[in-house]
Amino acid sequence: MDPIRIIRSRTVVMPRTNIDTDQIMPARFLTTTTRDGLGQHLFADWRYDAAGRPVADFVLNRPEAEGCRVLVAGRNIGCGSSREHAPWGLCDYGFRAVVSTEIADIFRNNSLKNGLLPVVVDEATHEWLIANPGVEVTIDLETSTLALPDGRRVGFPVEAFARYCLLNGVDETGYLLAQEPAIRAYEARAGK
Amino acid sequence: MTATTLFEKIWRAHEVVAETPETPAVLYVDLHLTHEVTTPQAFAVLRERGLKVRRPDRTVGTMDHSTPTVADELYGRVPIRLESAARQVREFEKNCAEFGVELLGIDHPDRGIVHVIGPELGVTQPGQTIVCGDSHTSTHGAFGSLAFGIGTTEVGQVLATQCLLQRKPKTLAVNVEGALGRGVTAKDLVLAIIQRLGVGGGTGSVIEYRGATIRALSMDERMTVCNMSIEAGARAGLVAPDETTFAYVKGRPRAPAGAAWDAALAGWKTLVTDAGARFDREISLDAARLAPMITYGTNPGMSVALDETIPLRPGDAIHAKALEYMGLEPGQRMLGQKIETVFIGSCTNARLSDLRAAAAVLKGRHAAKGVTLLVVPGSQRIKREAEREGLDRVFTDAGAEWRESGCSMCLGMNGDLVARGAYCVSTSNRNFEGRQGVGARTLLASPISAAAAAIAGRIADPREYLA
Repeated sequence: MDPIRIIRSRTVVMPRTNIDTDQIMPARFLTTTTRDGLGQHLFADWRYDAAGRPVADFVLNRPEAEGCRVLVAGRNIGCGSSREHAPWGLCDYGFRAVVSTEIADIFRNNSLKNGLLPVVVDEATHEWLIANPGVEVTIDLETSTLALPDGRRVGFPVEAFARYCLLNGVDETGYLLAQEPAIRAYEARAGK
Repeated sequence: MTATTLFEKIWRAHEVVAETPETPAVLYVDLHLTHEVTTPQAFAVLRERGLKVRRPDRTVGTMDHSTPTVADELYGRVPIRLESAARQVREFEKNCAEFGVELLGIDHPDRGIVHVIGPELGVTQPGQTIVCGDSHTSTHGAFGSLAFGIGTTEVGQVLATQCLLQRKPKTLAVNVEGALGRGVTAKDLVLAIIQRLGVGGGTGSVIEYRGATIRALSMDERMTVCNMSIEAGARAGLVAPDETTFAYVKGRPRAPAGAAWDAALAGWKTLVTDAGARFDREISLDAARLAPMITYGTNPGMSVALDETIPLRPGDAIHAKALEYMGLEPGQRMLGQKIETVFIGSCTNARLSDLRAAAAVLKGRHAAKGVTLLVVPGSQRIKREAEREGLDRVFTDAGAEWRESGCSMCLGMNGDLVARGAYCVSTSNRNFEGRQGVGARTLLASPISAAAAAIAGRIADPREYLA
């Protein structure tokens, strides 16, 4: 994976709370056997009507959403199904960060493993971002801060190891494979 | 020694490497359950990197999510309608064969929903760490195991190393006292718990369900409760194993036997939260005050007692949006709401006791005109047992379709769909928009509430139909 340091982009705002992974990637698109091309199905049931036409007032169909890399969402985005197809779809569409006050556990883990940065901010910052859609923000992973256009910078927590991996392009699976001696010792010790 | 929680004991026993401020724990996985939907990309990574499945003996595969439940399609007498689903099934067969993973495949007599067959075969055991690329892996926590859903990248990591990188979650005790009333089931209990916690209330936590009410539940009922832990956002949910647990596991095909049973049992008996152990958070519920529950909105936290009205919440745009999708009004009574479809099935409520409970309501009765009633057993074993007891006849005499096991109408990816705009009383776990098909309106409830709704053609009180 390529290292991530700075994400600078305008925001797309979806204020709804509890946006579950069934909305991000409906189940009927889960019969795929690859990770590719899921961006076209992202938010499919909100993005397209019954006839498959784009829903004009859905935020991703508006011209100003073009090229945006940061999704600001209501509290508890990513709840529900563990499908990694949700972050695959967001990444394939072009998103690089998801900002909310609360991000569901499995979705957050899955996002980190795909270079999609989960950014949990305080209520006041979140409210401001929701009230001001389309502003340009700068997310700096190294300092774990999000900078607003007026120069304010707010910190966000990132698990230390995930941050290290993202900053340095380190592959977690490789790290786990290198634990083989410890795993073997554990199996012997625990009788596994 | 300091008093520790059950969760803490299981966690410590599986630490290959303990966590530090810089690095997460390397946590050992005892049992890895796999299915066709969340594994293809993981096997692809193994293939790209030239890796093997490290412990095929700790890995079990089955087919449930995308498989059709219509026998002719499932067994290849007619083509699977969804070509992509057929391809996914073939790919999983190929992957399991190539990597030496045991597959309880299409024709296997033990096939079924992954969270139903693990316990039923005795693969699921107390004290284990269990993962699966499916959020309802929390079901297995009913046995006092630490069981949680993971993504596909993590599925690949477990296949390759039998381990996961994990930060230790927080603990949340849900204490339940009081006897469940007549017609109030484990499903109603867990819906009430989720209503109380909210859909994000358990985020970052492992729940331990405790108290006399929980102790009195059967294993099937504990599984229903633990299954929906994720619907409160919890990482996992567990119940300390006890005599009920041991009696359930004993004699299962893959449970330890003889001296191995005695040794295992001695270990399992230590799996309790010590007196005085502290949880990060605790909540308490009085089960005696609960009534049958039903959801009215678009997440599992949006529920009311059957005889209550939908909350008003003026000015709450999210509430209004959910009700708009559901075609329901604030202040409306749920009882009497007309419905079109009833689904009895899923990893939440498709075990034998669920089918028996639904059959007791449906026996000698018939689904209302215009109601589609679908009953889908959780596994092929349950299907055979239900048929031996004649439950299938009760269902078909009531106008139901009786199918082969699978996830079916719980999620719209296998051909079993609720029509756009139709109301479906469903014993499954999620009422998200479009979960059961584009535009489908899901009302989550217990098997007996679902059966009562089928008969009435409306949301009905199951207590009026109990013997």
